[in-house]
Amino acid sequence: MNLVRPIAAPGRPAAATLGLVDVDIHPRVRDLSEFRPFLSDAEWHRLATYGIHARHGFAKGYPFPKAAPLACRRDAWPPGGGPPASDLPFLQHQLLDQYGIDFGVLNPLQPSGQGDVNDGLSIALARAVNEWQLAHWVDHEPRLKASIVVPYEDGAASAAEIRRWAGDPRFCQVLLMSRTSEPLGRQRYWPIYEAAAEAGLPVGIHAFGYSGYAMTNGGWPSFYIEEVQEHATSAQAQVASMVVEGIFERFPTLRVVMIECGFAWMPALGWRLDASWKRLKDEVPHLKRAPSEYLREHVFVSTQPIEEPERPEHLLDTMGWIGWDRILFASDYPHWDFDDPRLAIPSYIPEEKRAAIYGGNAKRIYRFR
Amino acid sequence: MSEAAIDCDLHPGVPGVAALLPYMDDYWRHTLKERGIEVLESASYPPNAPSSVRGDWRGPKGDAPSTVGQLQAQALDRWGASIGILNPLFPVQLPFSRDMSAAMARAVNDWVRAEWLDRDDRLRAAILLPNGIEDALAEIERLAPDRRFVQAMVLCMGEIPLGRREWWPVHAALEKAGLPLAIHAGSAWRHPPTSVGWPSWHVEEYVSNAYGFQASLASLLTEGVFGKFPGLKVVLVESGVSWLPAFLWRLTKSWKGVRFEIPWVDRPPAEIIRDHVRLTVRPFDAPDGADGIARLLDHLRSDEMLLWATDWPHAHFDGDATVPPGLPPGLLPKIMVDNPRATYSRLREAGGSA
Repeated sequence: MNLVRPIAAPGRPAAATLGLVDVDIHPRVRDLSEFRPFLSDAEWHRLATYGIHARHGFAKGYPFPKAAPLACRRDAWPPGGGPPASDLPFLQHQLLDQYGIDFGVLNPLQPSGQGDVNDGLSIALARAVNEWQLAHWVDHEPRLKASIVVPYEDGAASAAEIRRWAGDPRFCQVLLMSRTSEPLGRQRYWPIYEAAAEAGLPVGIHAFGYSGYAMTNGGWPSFYIEEVQEHATSAQAQVASMVVEGIFERFPTLRVVMIECGFAWMPALGWRLDASWKRLKDEVPHLKRAPSEYLREHVFVSTQPIEEPERPEHLLDTMGWIGWDRILFASDYPHWDFDDPRLAIPSYIPEEKRAAIYGGNAKRIYRFR
Repeated sequence: MSEAAIDCDLHPGVPGVAALLPYMDDYWRHTLKERGIEVLESASYPPNAPSSVRGDWRGPKGDAPSTVGQLQAQALDRWGASIGILNPLFPVQLPFSRDMSAAMARAVNDWVRAEWLDRDDRLRAAILLPNGIEDALAEIERLAPDRRFVQAMVLCMGEIPLGRREWWPVHAALEKAGLPLAIHAGSAWRHPPTSVGWPSWHVEEYVSNAYGFQASLASLLTEGVFGKFPGLKVVLVESGVSWLPAFLWRLTKSWKGVRFEIPWVDRPPAEIIRDHVRLTVRPFDAPDGADGIARLLDHLRSDEMLLWATDWPHAHFDGDATVPPGLPPGLLPKIMVDNPRATYSRLREAGGSA
């Protein structure tokens, strides 16, 4: 709800009768030295000397400059210094206490080393980010739950990182970015799904990352607004790949949460996959059901940035097509397009469905109690 | 079937490079032969895939139909269209050589004129544009005087996004000539079919055309093409339809948040796109049942955007079900006649039999 200033007074949405869970919070290091205790001397040397290298040329600065410094709310910079969401007491005050959030899912973005051109650095940083989430956040604040950050371009190393934390209730999901170097259904990523399914953890796929390919399949766009639009497109490609490659036949208990990717594209993607599959079934005999059935059963979505059709019934249609039990509230704190839970989920959505979106659905799939 | 129905997407199949040689100059005739360039086929439409050619339209050896006679028997006469628009898919976008792309586009366009347009008064065609901007401009200038060319065509996955300023001379030329820009499914294969790399399966790749259309529309809108060229119409061909409303909701919301980045876009993107963009109805990628379709049409919020098309000889429907099931009968005259006539100014000219 990027047009509406958050309500200043604290308060929890009245419809959050099944709890309030925010599935998208972005903690950040004050600076890279916060990772130092969790890295070997050699790993630290690599990071400090050669830095993080995503699959693009902007060592500093963004390929598509953001709408605000660090893409953050102006009021989210902690009074004690440091970047937004780098200070636990201020995050508790501005987010958890302000809205009465029962559980919040941490999704660390860069600097996390995910998708780095150097697999070794990516592996080392993922482990460090996971240790850091516990040491700096979760061990001090039980409302926060960590995501297992994995070096996803290396399937085996990712599986090892997942198994390292499997069974630890401080972690609630495995975290991937939505722009990987190959479509996520491909075999190189299967060890991730195997380990996640084995651990009973959903796989969260958060918008962002860099594949190394042009940001659209027709070349590089010019603007940040196009990059934002393109998150929905790469999310469609990822979901289609996972379905068509038969991931959900292979790992029938796997659940996927698409985070900050938008969601209104999903029904049409299902119809398009079904229509194409009806003519091309011979190519993919490993699919036992219509593609949309796998979507409906295995894929969940987060709300922010929630689509805003001109007419309320259009959002209701869309959410109904996706499934009211599949939709999870997210604030995207501390980013500029943050959603205040009291404003973002329109009141024309029937109350029991709002309750599911605010907390019921997330508690079920993340097993929060 | 209305007598005046206009089929907005038909594909004349070029049987091979040899068929184009008579339409090339001596240099290209010679060099293509000397170098053994006998075939050029895009990966976008595997010829044996059941989706690429409908089964009952294939020849005895499974070959694709490639003559005016077949088009008449299988589509034009069968469904009584008064006008049919040819969109050639011969992949002139593939060659990396600008010169070869241009030579092939010229040959295809002249082949379409001689072998198709001259043989049936009902036929119209798209000018197939080569990769180079200068070459595309030359082709528009060369062919625009022939009023049987009613649009110019590119693919939804090209070298650079279609709104980029490099393209603007083409948009200007098309606006001036009264030719819509047709964007057809398919790729020049300069980029993988998804922004996250190469899919394994054709079904996945075909679905990914929709992402190319989405990126193309986002580019045209955000770069300000529709403000700069207010007379330009864009037709998405073989794009699917059902993805559009959600795309517009997201784009319009993003615009509200970051419109400072593109201040020349001075009204909501959904409104601009409804004014300028049209889509053919095959494939439609519809939800099941009449209720789902009715809701989807309501989400579109326009009865002017859809154009009837069979997409012959691609396979999207069986028998004579040319119109996606569930479309309200009252909408059909709009889709089949009024909307195509409103879109293609050259179909409204005196002498046009539509």
